[in-house]
Amino acid sequence: MSASDSAKINDFVIKIATVNGTGSASANMLLMKAIFRSGIPVMGKNYFPSNIQGLPTWYEIRVSKQGYVACSGRVDIMVAMNAETYSKDVREVAPGGYLIYDSTWPRPALLKREDITAIGVPLAKLCNENFNGVRTRILMKNICYAGVLAALLDLDLEHVRQLLAETYAKKPQLVASNMKAIELGYECAKATFPCPLPLRTEKMAKTSGYIMIDGNTAAALGCVFAGATVAAWYPITPSTSLMDAFKAFSDRMRIDGASGRKNFAFIQAEDELAAIGMVIGASWNGARAFTATSGPGISLMNEFLGLAYYAEVPAVIFDIQRVGPSTGMPTRTQQGDIMACAYASHGDTRQVCLYPANAEECFHMAVQAFDLAERLQTPVLVLSDLDIGMNDWMCREFKWDDAYRPDRGKMLDKAEVEKLEKFYRYVDKDGDGITYRTLPGVHPKAAYFTRGSGHTQFGMYTEDSVDYQLLLDRLLIKWASAKKLVPRALIDATAGGEIGIVSVGSCDGAIREAMDLLRARGVGLNYMRIRAFPFSEDVERFLAAHQVLFVVEQNRDAQLRALLTLETQVEKAKLHSLLHYNGLPISSSFIVEGVLAHLQPGTKSRAAAGQ
Amino acid sequence: MTFIAKPKIAHPSLPRNPLGMTRRDYEGALSTLCAGCGHDSITAAVVEACWELAIEPQNLVKLSGIGCSSKTTAYFVNGAHGFNSVHGRMPSIAMGANAANRNLHYIGVSGDGDTLSIGLGQFCHAIRRNLNMLYIIENNGVYGLTKGQFSASADVGSKAKKGETNFQPPIDAVLLALTLGASFVARSFSGDKEQLVPLIQAGLKHKGFALIDVLSPCVTFNDHEGSTKSYAYTREHYEPAIHTDFVPLQQAITAEYAAGATLPVVLHDGSRIVLRKLDASYDPTDRAACAATIQERLKEEEYLTGLLFFEPGQPEFHDLNGTPEGALNAVPYEALSPGSAGMQKILARYR
Ligand SMILES: Cc1ncc(C[n+]2csc(CCOP(=O)(O)OP(=O)(O)O)c2C)c(N)n1
Ligand code: SF4
Ligand SMILES: [Mg+2]
Repeated sequence: MSASDSAKINDFVIKIATVNGTGSASANMLLMKAIFRSGIPVMGKNYFPSNIQGLPTWYEIRVSKQGYVACSGRVDIMVAMNAETYSKDVREVAPGGYLIYDSTWPRPALLKREDITAIGVPLAKLCNENFNGVRTRILMKNICYAGVLAALLDLDLEHVRQLLAETYAKKPQLVASNMKAIELGYECAKATFPCPLPLRTEKMAKTSGYIMIDGNTAAALGCVFAGATVAAWYPITPSTSLMDAFKAFSDRMRIDGASGRKNFAFIQAEDELAAIGMVIGASWNGARAFTATSGPGISLMNEFLGLAYYAEVPAVIFDIQRVGPSTGMPTRTQQGDIMACAYASHGDTRQVCLYPANAEECFHMAVQAFDLAERLQTPVLVLSDLDIGMNDWMCREFKWDDAYRPDRGKMLDKAEVEKLEKFYRYVDKDGDGITYRTLPGVHPKAAYFTRGSGHTQFGMYTEDSVDYQLLLDRLLIKWASAKKLVPRALIDATAGGEIGIVSVGSCDGAIREAMDLLRARGVGLNYMRIRAFPFSEDVERFLAAHQVLFVVEQNRDAQLRALLTLETQVEKAKLHSLLHYNGLPISSSFIVEGVLAHLQPGTKSRAAAGQ
Repeated sequence: MTFIAKPKIAHPSLPRNPLGMTRRDYEGALSTLCAGCGHDSITAAVVEACWELAIEPQNLVKLSGIGCSSKTTAYFVNGAHGFNSVHGRMPSIAMGANAANRNLHYIGVSGDGDTLSIGLGQFCHAIRRNLNMLYIIENNGVYGLTKGQFSASADVGSKAKKGETNFQPPIDAVLLALTLGASFVARSFSGDKEQLVPLIQAGLKHKGFALIDVLSPCVTFNDHEGSTKSYAYTREHYEPAIHTDFVPLQQAITAEYAAGATLPVVLHDGSRIVLRKLDASYDPTDRAACAATIQERLKEEEYLTGLLFFEPGQPEFHDLNGTPEGALNAVPYEALSPGSAGMQKILARYR
């Protein structure tokens, strides 16, 4: 085996082009999981249309022995199952790569590339001969290519068999038919081509202690563990799967043993205006409540978010960001709501935001969001995105500490109220800007009136300038307290020097890979990943300590950079934006090119000009 | 504007309810509405109803949107938590609050603007969910707080104070609620406390969504000649169809009712509502007939009033959702978290 061949082991990208609604998702998952169970780090990304059936869809599996999770921007093996996108798909294959196609119908006219290897397998023919029914044949054709790939990549069929057994535990007949399709593909490939390809898998031991999960499922699990009981939402891609997962988990694990009743309320609201209202009403009344939405929903929730900020009612909102403005591209990813969330609503409002970068953080930050919302008595927005939320991420297994108890914040119980002479809702007794609240039904002395109109620290209606300002200023003291409570930025300053990268959320994987690539080219960068708004002290320090700062984000208008210039002392001229906003997840090569173009003028870059 | 506290000295001879509380104990902050505003009379009826029912103040939750009407939640039952939310969105706050604790009394106060324009969607969906609450619309045909624009309940031909005539057909909350499947639908008049108090009591005790559309004249912007929501017009055109008596649990029915014309209904907690037909042909249990009659009489410029439709026993939100009898906000955390052992089981699916 040549050196270049061995470099391709466990380091390549497979892209599968299919048609929406043909059941390719299960085949792709099967392949990815089989690789994962072989101990090899792997990442899956789904590029799907805003459509239910019939439009092109792609799935990308990146096998990476180094554990890189971002898009590499390269395709080594294309499984071209969609005639409509066939010529485009063929063009995308990197020189030296492979094209797998259904040779039932020969396509000589399309096979124009000399620099790649075409592998034709008569998938439709195999399935037509072995299965009955149109739908079954289509589904099995997709499972069949998984078998072909298993042979070409030297995957252990035992993993596949086991995975099928787990998936169809309740429908054993499906295990047999699926396995038959796998074997048909597998045997056909073995008989026709020299298997495995030089570009193949080899067992490793790098995935134990890890799971493969999407960010929305992880966040939903966080809500379950946080003790959330009220979930209200209005369906919108890409947030719906978070709510679906919460319901599925709760239907299994939140049923009261004795009565069979549900220890949760799951409410499909009439719109996002109502969804956030329900969350605020429930949180006000002492339940942990949340909603999940995307940009259009955030826009609708603005008025209520201002009420919750000003009347100081906890609320947890997941914003699974997608491409805007307006309906935009609902099934593509973006970080376009950073500004809209930070200052959501009219008047002087500032909202606490958390920025998870991966599925693991989605889980932990979901729990944290509830604790912060109740501790600070304010909305907490968790800004995930389509890439994090709907793609499968390899991440460390979630550890759960049984000692955890929800932080209900400053909530007075009956005995505590009893001891008071009189209860006042908005008096800052502790000097941290956070006041005490009570729940209805606890004690007649506990009553107070919640309103979005001007109110005094005693909870009374007011139009008095002094009283109004007193309260608004106290909210700033609370904001300062929030800075100390929110998750700190993650800083990697091992490179030393004065050049840094600043980013948020799902850019993380691409940045870490880019940093390795740049280091190999002699460019060392320090990295700060911001994880919350308000910005903690360490953000200010990192910005001050660097002369050149690349701000990497996935939107057109440099929203993170704008927020940094508004909320820190940083000198604007030091911040150079690398902006990726085509709707696809950012790749490492995009960042490498952008950084080099700035540091070594004359190099080509795809990055939008720094501001 | 500052808050004026009412003197809280109860005369020893003031009547007390079974909790030992006087009517004054059920009052709230001093009203800041215009003198003579119908809304204040409704507030007084709510105070009376709660006192008579001997509701523990902390077990009442007061919710409202925005408007003169929505302000009134501050003017009754000081010992209850209140939430004056945003314009038209009180039903969602009520839904969330009720989801968190099903074992409190929820009373929502809204206006015709708050409910029938900006909040129309939430109003309809609260009915569809059969949210267990009493929903009072203080209906004056105008937006009082923004100075007298027509609301969606303004009748065709009704004249605004400045002389403008309304030509758009009104949305009638009662007819709407009937078509949406509401199980308790009433109309009343702020000037008829005798009718209103038992309706409020029955509405608070009803399990499910109870609507009372209360004609409540705005003396400042809609009480003139040519208005169809003025005191004079309402007095003249309102027609009790059903007389409602609320009989609390402890009390025996004492009044004499002519057989055939009365309909006693036992509520879920054992208290009773006795409906007395004032109009022999009107059947408050026949939804379609009710809607037809109400509509016919509206055409004749007559507001039928009373508990116009009643169908107890429909499952409310929690019955449909399958939540436990106790409050969700009181379920101990231990019963909510799958714990580390549960986590291991969950993770197995993702390996
Ligand atoms: C989003 C929003 N839009 C507009 C307003 C202004 N506004 C306040 S009250 C009101 C109308 C209230 O009418 P109604 O509910 O009939 O109450 P009334 O004052 O007549 O009792 C309007 C339009 C507001 N508060 N919020
Ligand atoms: S403006 Fe009309 S509705 Fe408002 S308080 Fe005055 S009388 Fe009542
Ligand atoms: Mg009105």
